[in-house]
Amino acid sequence: MNFQGVRAIYTFEMARFFRTLLQSFLSPVISTSLYFVVFGTALASRIETVDGIEYAAFIVPGLIMLTVMTQSIANASFGIYFPKFIGTVYELFSAPVNFLEIVVGYVGAAATKSLIIGLIILATAFLFVDLDIQHPVAMLCFLVLTCLSFSLLGFIIGIWAGNFEQLNLVPLLVVTPLVFLGGSFYSISMLPQIWQTVSLFNPVVYLISGFRWAFFGQADVSIGLSLGAIGLFTLGCMTFIWWIFKTGWRIRS
Amino acid sequence: MTGIVSVQNLKKTYPGGLDALKGINLEIQEGEILALLGPNGAGKTTLISTICGISKITEGKITVGGMDIVADYRKARAMIGLVPQEITLEPFETVINSIRFSRGLFGRPKNEEYLEQVLKSLSLLDKKDARVITLSGGMKRRVLIAKALSHEPRVLFLDEPTAGVDVELRKDMWNTVNKLKKQGVTIILTTHYIEEAEAIADRIGVINGGEILLVEDKDALMARMGKKKIRIDLVEAANNIPKKLKSYDLDLAEDGMALTYTYDTKSERTGITGLLNDLQAAGMQMRDVQTQQSSLEDIFVGLVKESST
Repeated sequence: MNFQGVRAIYTFEMARFFRTLLQSFLSPVISTSLYFVVFGTALASRIETVDGIEYAAFIVPGLIMLTVMTQSIANASFGIYFPKFIGTVYELFSAPVNFLEIVVGYVGAAATKSLIIGLIILATAFLFVDLDIQHPVAMLCFLVLTCLSFSLLGFIIGIWAGNFEQLNLVPLLVVTPLVFLGGSFYSISMLPQIWQTVSLFNPVVYLISGFRWAFFGQADVSIGLSLGAIGLFTLGCMTFIWWIFKTGWRIRS
Repeated sequence: MTGIVSVQNLKKTYPGGLDALKGINLEIQEGEILALLGPNGAGKTTLISTICGISKITEGKITVGGMDIVADYRKARAMIGLVPQEITLEPFETVINSIRFSRGLFGRPKNEEYLEQVLKSLSLLDKKDARVITLSGGMKRRVLIAKALSHEPRVLFLDEPTAGVDVELRKDMWNTVNKLKKQGVTIILTTHYIEEAEAIADRIGVINGGEILLVEDKDALMARMGKKKIRIDLVEAANNIPKKLKSYDLDLAEDGMALTYTYDTKSERTGITGLLNDLQAAGMQMRDVQTQQSSLEDIFVGLVKESST
């Protein structure tokens, strides 16, 4: 195992993050605050509670998930796409590192960044609402797992993308709708029966539901199912990445 | 003897069906500078990319320092530094961080002293903390070299290091390469400038159409280049070379209408005067006299043409 190599990639990627500190931290914090203002304050006067939870508090897990998922994908996809775009990727392929080390370096850095952002948003949330996290350890585990799995997905998108348009295509057309329709701002039990059934095909539902369980002790689907879903999703991404490196798909001629 | 880099029967076919390399055999000796000459699309970059692990081997075997580049890729790659043809650098990072990254990536522990020494030898020390984007083209190319040297490689590949570089910088680059050679680094560079190969290489390889046409000691090649020819057209056809003229290195044309005399321009006596006198004495009348000099360029163009037909 080339630990120096992993560390080099990780450090280099984190440096990119801290170089663009304002953009990295400030923009998710500002947009989340806007969500709080719009949904938490404006809508809360109408909705008041969901499943017995104050609406402003209810949306906190969904908001964190929304940002963490989009940030993980954005960071990880850009992290590997940019070297491809500017050509520095040659160095990775000529270096004594294997695919696992490359993935650990890039995905690890991307997941760390989104974890930091997730925690900052959580801290911001405390400014707006009273929160009492019932299962803090489970909450943290869910957060870390989500950061990891979505960074893996981002890595795949970054490898696949042939240009900047494609880089934004998957997040825009697939991930954002899935996240918005995954119950970030509502409980799926609020939907008509047919849409509840449709929602169960949305993997993000399980993540948000599980995360919400960690906060409030109640959820749309069982916690076991949530864990199973995120585990399966992570495994799927890892298998796909393993296949990418084995076949050299989109990276090596 | 197996060289520090040994390429055996290497074939490379791209997915589109293009045979980029057609059975390359090449032994590179430790400490030498080998220049690979060839026109665009000859397979120079493919060869280098394959040795460095960027491009997959279709068939054949490559070892570096005795290590198979596929089976022992970690050990093999750790010995190699690659300077790519295009300037590819993370624009917003600083020079020192870029080379720290390269060193780490190749599995080497931190060594700031060594990295500073590398920067110094490339006249980049004062740009250590500058962002790459602020550097000039020549400096960026030197940063690429610094990155390739950051992990103390034994073999350095330079893919067209002076393409699009002005004359002064080119001379600088040659000096740098010579300095590295003195430090014991084996250097393989590709170029399509013949004068570049002449100026710095120990051996010259000519590659075209995915095949190595020749690998020869530069001096031997230069010696061939130093030869000059005189072609003497005769008024009347000769059946054979007269006895009197046997001592000269002469060739008779098939139709007997011309004699070609090869001589060394660097020798003290070229023998031209003697030959002309003896020709007259032998009663051969001359219609015309032409001289031709073969250059590395001629040899190169000739080889490439021959292989292309």
